[in-house]
Amino acid sequence: MKNLIKEFTKGLIKENPTFVLALGLCPTLAVSVSVTNAIGMGIAATFVLLGSSLIISLIRDFIPGKIRIPCYIVVIATFVTIAELCMKAYSPALDRSLGIYVPLIVVNCIVLGRAEAFACKNNLARSFLDGLGMGVGFTLALILISAIREFLGSGQILGYVLIKGFQPVFVFGMPSGALLVIGLLLGLFNLIKDKRA
Amino acid sequence: MINNLMVSGSPHIHKKESISGIMWTVVISLIPAGIAGVIIFGLDALWVTLVAVVAAVLTELIFGICMKKKITILDGSAVITGILLAFNLPSGVPLWLPIVGAVFSIVIGKQVFGGLGQNIFNPALVGRVFLMASWPKYMTTFVKPFHYDAVTSATPLAMLKEGKILEHISYWDLFLGKHGGCIGEVCILALLIGAAILLIKGYISWHIPITYIFTTAIFTYIFGAAQLFSGNWLFSILSGGLILGAFFMATDYVATPLTAKGQLIFGIGCGLLTAVIRIWGGYPEGVSYAILMMNAATPFIDRYTKCRIYGTG
Repeated sequence: MKNLIKEFTKGLIKENPTFVLALGLCPTLAVSVSVTNAIGMGIAATFVLLGSSLIISLIRDFIPGKIRIPCYIVVIATFVTIAELCMKAYSPALDRSLGIYVPLIVVNCIVLGRAEAFACKNNLARSFLDGLGMGVGFTLALILISAIREFLGSGQILGYVLIKGFQPVFVFGMPSGALLVIGLLLGLFNLIKDKRA
Repeated sequence: MINNLMVSGSPHIHKKESISGIMWTVVISLIPAGIAGVIIFGLDALWVTLVAVVAAVLTELIFGICMKKKITILDGSAVITGILLAFNLPSGVPLWLPIVGAVFSIVIGKQVFGGLGQNIFNPALVGRVFLMASWPKYMTTFVKPFHYDAVTSATPLAMLKEGKILEHISYWDLFLGKHGGCIGEVCILALLIGAAILLIKGYISWHIPITYIFTTAIFTYIFGAAQLFSGNWLFSILSGGLILGAFFMATDYVATPLTAKGQLIFGIGCGLLTAVIRIWGGYPEGVSYAILMMNAATPFIDRYTKCRIYGTG
């Protein structure tokens, strides 16, 4: 039981997909302009991770080793299509602001990475928890980055103005600001890791 | 420190000069341009410069204490960063702007890479570009010279970009700095005095500044006007931050190539990029972006201009 919980919690900090594994940086850079976008992207990616981890873990014994990557992609693409259509149906505004990055979850390296590194070698329960942990870790990282960027770049979070008279730092709304924030947070994570070790 | 190796082109000659000695000489060589800036734009220019310098030095001190590193504020490099940053600001900016810029310059431009000697980019320019991208409104509002009550005026380059006629500005005015612009870039005469000090002392070599300025001039002459070979090359030298950039910022020891050949390539690259940004780019001025881009290319230039070891190859 303890092992199972570990599979979930490792994705949050110790093996956080963004800050420690440094996977999925492209969507992280692109959608972390606002917290709303980050939450939407995080939920969609978590759903895809969960679904694909489950299915791949179930069919792992039937997939021939040589063509395993195309098989994973088919499974992942199915879930991405589900997520995309749901998002289009129920929150078209979010879908518009995320744009191309929802279909691009197919090639998100966190999803493929977990399929290749974990789900194809572990049983159902462990794969499920691993996918969930990674998804939640990814979502939390996105929220952290986007909260910093949205606050500095536009002076508000989720539409609420925090400090009156704050002059927004436009850079943080631009891609260069995303790289700066991610770089500094990566450094901070490494610093904490070094202190612990 | 793990990395105590000095990397430089041979031959290695030992000199009594120290980093701090060179740095303080650079500070002295910047003073004429500062005085000119204060005369032209009033006391506001002095406050902006002082605030930037104090903020840069304090940031360096606080960062050094927090990171438990050797405190390096006395070597003068933070002072130079502060001065150069302020020289790249208009005199009418609110005083928090140079503070934010100086903190950004020191922390992001220099210390996160490991401090003096490790920075990839010129810290002052990193700060300036950050401010430019974040608060363009303040960064492009220039004060009219000798009107100390904040009458705004455009820089000659901005006027040129908007297609206005520049007849009322003579080359002599440009040379003495009687036009809108950043604090330290306007007075070419004062900048040349400072540059002369550095050149005579041998602290900077002629390679980067001369190739930089000539490339910009030639490129502007060829492509700067509607017809080929009719651009106003003298205007391109005397306006904007070209002289300040070429002598004081493109010659940063750390972020520029080591060999003479590399420095020539660096200068030509800076000149080309500056002219391209000025002629076809969205901004009226391109000196800071050009130097930063060539800073990024410096490791490659160094790799391909390595001195051949005598007796091999």
